[in-house]
Amino acid sequence: MKSWLTTTDHKRIGLLYFWTAFGFFLIGGLEALIIRAQLVRPDGGLGVSAEMFNQLFTMHGTTMIFLALMPLSAAFFNYIIPLQIGARDVAFPRLNAFSYWVFLLGGLFLNASFIAGPLFGADRLSVAPDAGWFGYANLTSRQFSPGPNVDFWLLGLQILGIASLAAGFNFIVTILNMRAPGMRMLRLPLFTWMALITQFLVITAFPVITVALVLLMFDRFFGTHFFLPAGGGDPILWQHLFWMFGHPEVYILILPAMGIVSEVLPTFSKKPLFGYTVVVYSGVVIAFLGWSVWSHHMFSTGLGPIADSVFAGTTMLIAIPTGVKIFNWIGTLWGGQIRFTTSLLFAVGFIAMFIIGGLSGVTHASAPSDLQQTDTYYVVAHIHYVLFGGTVLGLFAGMYYWWPKMTGRFLSESLGKVHFWLTMIGMNLAFFPMHFSGLLGMPRRIYTYPAELGVARFNQLSTIGAFLIGVATLIFFWNLLRTRWQPANAPANPWGGATLEWAMSSPPPVYNFTVIPTVASRLPLWQTERHAPMVALPAEPPAPIHVPGGSWWPMITALGLPIIAIGALAHLIPIVLAGAAVVIVGIYRWAYEPFEM
Amino acid sequence: MLRGAIYFDAVRFVLAVLLLFLTACSGQFPQSVFAPRSDFSTELAGLFKGIFWWAVAVFVIVESLLLIALVRYRARRGAAQPKPVHGHTALEIGWTLAPALILVFIAVPTMRAIFATAGHAPEGALRVEVIGHQWWWEYRYPTLNISAYNELHLPVGTPIQVEMTSADVNHSFWVPRLGGKRDLIQGRTNRIAFRADSTGEYWGQCAEFCGASHANMRLRVFVQSDSVFQRWVDQQRAAPATPAKDSPAEAGLQVFRRSACIGCHTIAGVAQGKIGPDLSHVGGRATIAGALFPNTTETLHRWIMNAPSLKPGVLMPPQNLSPQDLDAVIAYLQSLK
Repeated sequence: MKSWLTTTDHKRIGLLYFWTAFGFFLIGGLEALIIRAQLVRPDGGLGVSAEMFNQLFTMHGTTMIFLALMPLSAAFFNYIIPLQIGARDVAFPRLNAFSYWVFLLGGLFLNASFIAGPLFGADRLSVAPDAGWFGYANLTSRQFSPGPNVDFWLLGLQILGIASLAAGFNFIVTILNMRAPGMRMLRLPLFTWMALITQFLVITAFPVITVALVLLMFDRFFGTHFFLPAGGGDPILWQHLFWMFGHPEVYILILPAMGIVSEVLPTFSKKPLFGYTVVVYSGVVIAFLGWSVWSHHMFSTGLGPIADSVFAGTTMLIAIPTGVKIFNWIGTLWGGQIRFTTSLLFAVGFIAMFIIGGLSGVTHASAPSDLQQTDTYYVVAHIHYVLFGGTVLGLFAGMYYWWPKMTGRFLSESLGKVHFWLTMIGMNLAFFPMHFSGLLGMPRRIYTYPAELGVARFNQLSTIGAFLIGVATLIFFWNLLRTRWQPANAPANPWGGATLEWAMSSPPPVYNFTVIPTVASRLPLWQTERHAPMVALPAEPPAPIHVPGGSWWPMITALGLPIIAIGALAHLIPIVLAGAAVVIVGIYRWAYEPFEM
Repeated sequence: MLRGAIYFDAVRFVLAVLLLFLTACSGQFPQSVFAPRSDFSTELAGLFKGIFWWAVAVFVIVESLLLIALVRYRARRGAAQPKPVHGHTALEIGWTLAPALILVFIAVPTMRAIFATAGHAPEGALRVEVIGHQWWWEYRYPTLNISAYNELHLPVGTPIQVEMTSADVNHSFWVPRLGGKRDLIQGRTNRIAFRADSTGEYWGQCAEFCGASHANMRLRVFVQSDSVFQRWVDQQRAAPATPAKDSPAEAGLQVFRRSACIGCHTIAGVAQGKIGPDLSHVGGRATIAGALFPNTTETLHRWIMNAPSLKPGVLMPPQNLSPQDLDAVIAYLQSLK
């Protein structure tokens, strides 16, 4: 127990990230199922109140993005990146532990709002955030959202932002500085490359949302008017700031999954990735373009024809590098010897579904066409083809692929196939009909709709599909759990992968590599035209390897942050100061912690 | 397992065909974007259809390539190690240029449509100001010197210049068959322009999340022939009806005067409340409560007695009226044609 609380081992932190994020994934999924159950009938549905519904969709979006998908990617960053680049750990192991604890506490803080009502004198149990995951001003002002709901949201996101930023810097330094000899940038495995690009997006995009949240905090706590037109402010300013973060965030969510797919396809078709450099550079181009498209979320706000044209144009351009990636993946499969493992099925599912999300994306890149689509279920369909059909399927591919490496135990392939097919049927049944509900006039974020709209049938299909996804996810959960009782019999390289993480035992020893390998090619474990496979590492380290001990201070420092937030929520300055003291003392002790423990 | 993949593509194909049917028969879908009835919404529908067919073509080609690869190159027993192909420059250039070329065919009509729908009506258009409130709509006709609430009346074939803003949070004006959507933002004025090409009743609703009763912020547009529209305008200009002596409506007027109603609602000559919609001509409306319910005795009854239970978050508190008083007020409101 203590060893887990104080751990600085990237592999253990990766597993902590995984289980925590998977827990939040289940919570976010449960929220989605209640939403879908409510919408199964028109005119009042199953009786979920408007207020509760608004809290549920706000928390569904916030949870899935910040507490499930990003940290599930982070679980793989943690576990896999040091192994792929031939390092013993990340650059800053304690900072890494700090990121995890901040993420966990931020997530708990946000979700505590579901039961915190009585503390704030509310007549309901739940005071969860209810202004949407996008929190548009001026609905978030004290005037229109007087309760603690929005405070939970903005303070929770501030806490989570700290975790993301710390992890972002950590991984950038790790990838740039801790590569094994010979691991040049253009020999980096694709997953590590996409992770690197993702982290650059994190450290540039999160400051923007941080600034926006600070301004909102001032508006709500200290009576400023940054976003309030009555005091000379501008609600559109919030939208610009939010989407300047929010659009890069989309790529923060999808690029890691693209990286996973780029690892899985070569392994299971026994062919190197087609067009490695092109796939790398198209990832870089996507990240750059991702910064120049934010206003396509705002076509209906009346930006004027010039701005609409520019942002429509830049948005369409993104289709090019994305298309290039898809063609290269198909090129990888082409001519291979494809083994249909569950991992490969999910990777292929990713490509097949992401194409649909990408194409519907083009229909709303066209600004005037988007006017009929934005804020309708058509957009809900689009984002779920991208974030579920894309990111989640990609992450599942990664889970089946790396689970033997992370635990030494195989996930069941037969349960895996059931999981895959149920997920595919469920997601298409859930999300495809949403295109129709939207185009037939159903706005998003409504807890009820009139029967006369004629969309009840489509909503029923969506609800059935959502529950199928729920069943599939429970099967997967069982598949994960049952590995605990399976024999730890995974060999070092069960799939015949080419990258360094397969060069050591499964799971790897605490120091990872007995000897830091010297890398001579992009596919160190494969026979290529010019390079023989890497010589196997010795089973035992030739000399003792120093491994840093654990530390309490990352967790203690992290604990101070929710204390500050609780003080801010309750408007009690002493609690804020106490939390700040914990952080300051924590950092001080951390900094002066003896090197050896 | 491959049969399954093909099956899913078949499903998607069937759904795509369904989409085409929907464009043909949309009578039963009052908010369908596939049945445009104005120059604005027709332009948007045309643009979408153009892109849709490009998307279908790309979808079929790319998904087929994927399926072919999966079927042809599945692992076979005893097959030789695949050739380690690392890439192909001509292919890379080709599949970079191909999408770029398709995008030109999408971008050009897009840019044209952006400027065509920029929201400037021709000279002589009828100006309508739309003001969003949580959760109802106020319409002002500055040139006609009248106002309307939740139900917008427009003359057919006349260019309309809509100018929108919000009294509180962001809303979005969306009548799919006529046009939109455009956001209503406090402190800003946004514009759309359109010309409805056939008379009828059109449904719409707020499309930007605006708080508890976002789902209940609906609206109707009645596009009318010039003479019907003119009659409606005359009706709105007239002073509210004065109830006959000793009629139930007269008693209702007295109840209205002495109860909380006057704090929030205007009836010209009777009350000047500014918080809720003006009720001077409420009896002539087809719906109440933000186009949420038909305007009947029964719905008025329920609404007045307990509005928050029908529309969460609404500012109008439950009214503690005796049954007689309630009937009288309803009779009065219904007399305000």
